[in-house]
Amino acid sequence: MEALIELGQFILQNLINALQRGSFYAVISIGYSMVYGVLMLFNFAHGDIFMVATYIGFGIATLFLALFTGFLPGPLIFLATVVVTMFLASWVGVFVEVAGYRPLRSAPRASAAITGLMIGIIFETGILILLGAKRLNFPPLMESISYNVGGIYFTNVKVMIIIISLLLMVALHTFIQKTKWGMAMRAMSYDFLAVPLMGVSINIIAPLTFAVGAGLAAVAGILYGQAYPILDPYMGVILGWKAFVAAILGGRGSIKGAALAGYLIGFIEIFVATIFPSTLRDLIAYSIILLILTFRPRGFFGMEHSTKLRL
Amino acid sequence: MKKLACLVVVAFAFAMVFSPSAFSARKTIIKIGINAPMTGDIPKVGEGSKYAALLWLEDIEKAGGLEVGGKKFEVELVIEDNESKAESAVKANTKMITQDDVLAIIGPQSSKQAVPAGEVANKYKTVMISPWSTNPATTLDRPYVFRGCFLDPFQGPVVANFITDEFAFTKAAVLYDVASDYPKGLAEVFKAAWEKKHGAGSVVAYQSFTTKDTDFSSQLTQIVKSGAEVLFTPQYYNEVPLIVRQAKELGWKGPIVGSDSWGSAETVELCGEPCYGLYFSSHYAAAGAKGATKAFIDRYTDNYGYIPDDVAALTWDALQLAQQAIQDAGKITGKIEKDRTAVKDALTKIKNFAGITGNMTFTPEGDPIKCAVIVKINDNGEYEFYKSSCP
Repeated sequence: MEALIELGQFILQNLINALQRGSFYAVISIGYSMVYGVLMLFNFAHGDIFMVATYIGFGIATLFLALFTGFLPGPLIFLATVVVTMFLASWVGVFVEVAGYRPLRSAPRASAAITGLMIGIIFETGILILLGAKRLNFPPLMESISYNVGGIYFTNVKVMIIIISLLLMVALHTFIQKTKWGMAMRAMSYDFLAVPLMGVSINIIAPLTFAVGAGLAAVAGILYGQAYPILDPYMGVILGWKAFVAAILGGRGSIKGAALAGYLIGFIEIFVATIFPSTLRDLIAYSIILLILTFRPRGFFGMEHSTKLRL
Repeated sequence: MKKLACLVVVAFAFAMVFSPSAFSARKTIIKIGINAPMTGDIPKVGEGSKYAALLWLEDIEKAGGLEVGGKKFEVELVIEDNESKAESAVKANTKMITQDDVLAIIGPQSSKQAVPAGEVANKYKTVMISPWSTNPATTLDRPYVFRGCFLDPFQGPVVANFITDEFAFTKAAVLYDVASDYPKGLAEVFKAAWEKKHGAGSVVAYQSFTTKDTDFSSQLTQIVKSGAEVLFTPQYYNEVPLIVRQAKELGWKGPIVGSDSWGSAETVELCGEPCYGLYFSSHYAAAGAKGATKAFIDRYTDNYGYIPDDVAALTWDALQLAQQAIQDAGKITGKIEKDRTAVKDALTKIKNFAGITGNMTFTPEGDPIKCAVIVKINDNGEYEFYKSSCP
């Protein structure tokens, strides 16, 4: 009995760990998935947009903490940081679309994919030149309090990360399903040649999609800064790749799918590292994903016509 | 237009042939290569190496050059960034040896880069002194490769003994990066030393992760569950804050002990209060230093605004060693291969060299015999001398 309780605690503890990790993959992968859905291209710069957004968040958080501490309540500073960072980061997304992808819209898809990689490298080295290689410490926007409930440890930050991520995804889902702009995005992802003829401008929808993706990445960045407060210019690369895998696994343009796949990758990673040596973690995790894709080549919720993709 | 282009090309060609660098090759400048991580995972380490080297160069320039056999030679530093990557460190060494004609190389700092880069230096018969690499493989069977610090087979037992004496614990956990030479080697040595003291199975959790991981929750959950009393984690300053924080969040109550890789000035700055009161083994402790060590610390602090970490101090010592060896070699012939071998021979003969990180005498393997110190991070976030341990 004792052993059983202990095992239960152990599993629950890892479940919470996995939920936190999975939240990041899920929120970032939605950015990939949306662009992939609307424009049928992989925005490989998204991981680095996340990185830039985190640095913007770092700047805003430091500024606001210096200006408003003791003057505004902590949660309000947090909220203000999130809103301002989201706003600024969406312009980074718009910039990437307008400067990087728009000139290549009629070029072969491979050119656009390479552009994404290059924009990513420009961002990484840009930050490196601007701020130097020094690691930055993301300031805590709320005091981390550790709780112990029945032998399971979690912090308020962890709970907040999980809840905010879920709220974001629900909000985005509502936006896509219920608003006119969302409808335009869905229409565009259905056929991006015919829809512009109906008076929906791709030059508005495409930057909007990038802006929403970057805005999400900004929230993810601030939350990431709370959970793993060491920032470096290459932090977006691996996270970006994993989120990209989640987007593919979720199915083209599917928010639900990307979120689900993001959490799944988080779970597989944490539990594989628990049972096997960590060297096998990525091997096992991605073998499982490969297996899933073999049987469901379009991912969990991929639409039939996504075979049109020409990469 | 075409003519103009031609003219430009010809002008460039002339400029290249008759540029000062082409001349200087004949004037015999002593070039010292610095192979350090200026960018990448641990840029603070590269910065410390560079600053220490610049202070050394300042001294040389003040003296009007490096005097060898009654003649003064101009000294030039060639600083190459190894991006904290093994392959870049190899490339940097190859470039410095074959293109820049350096007489000796200082660096790379971490074993991950020093082990493969040492191979290159030895192959080209060029003296390489790694100030900070503690993995035995760096100098093993490489007559041209030296180091400025103690080795992991010494450091591991020092830490194991310290924990046993200080806390009387019998169950330890280890968390280390399996993809990096230094943490992996030291984790193995520590495990062996601990189990020798407390019996097989006394390392109750032996968990690994991979470079660039930021989430250690599954490993730490297992460590907490294992009932270990102390956690040993020989990681670098970019990982230590995350490990310490996540461990505390997951209910870890015991002490966390580190190794000399914690010694960077950045560890405490990034980690903050959660790291106060923790211990690590190191090469020197800045707080409370005396004599030449203090002079170096003060000078460095005046110039660069922060207290030098162990890497800076070891780099300083390595440069002094190189200087001593070059001077002991007696003369610079200008034939680089011959000079390099002469420097190597001189270096092996150095006895009781008084460095700011302790006295050094080289073993035939190119490793110095020197003491280790246990440093405590005090409540002001300073590195305080706690006790020392000599071989």
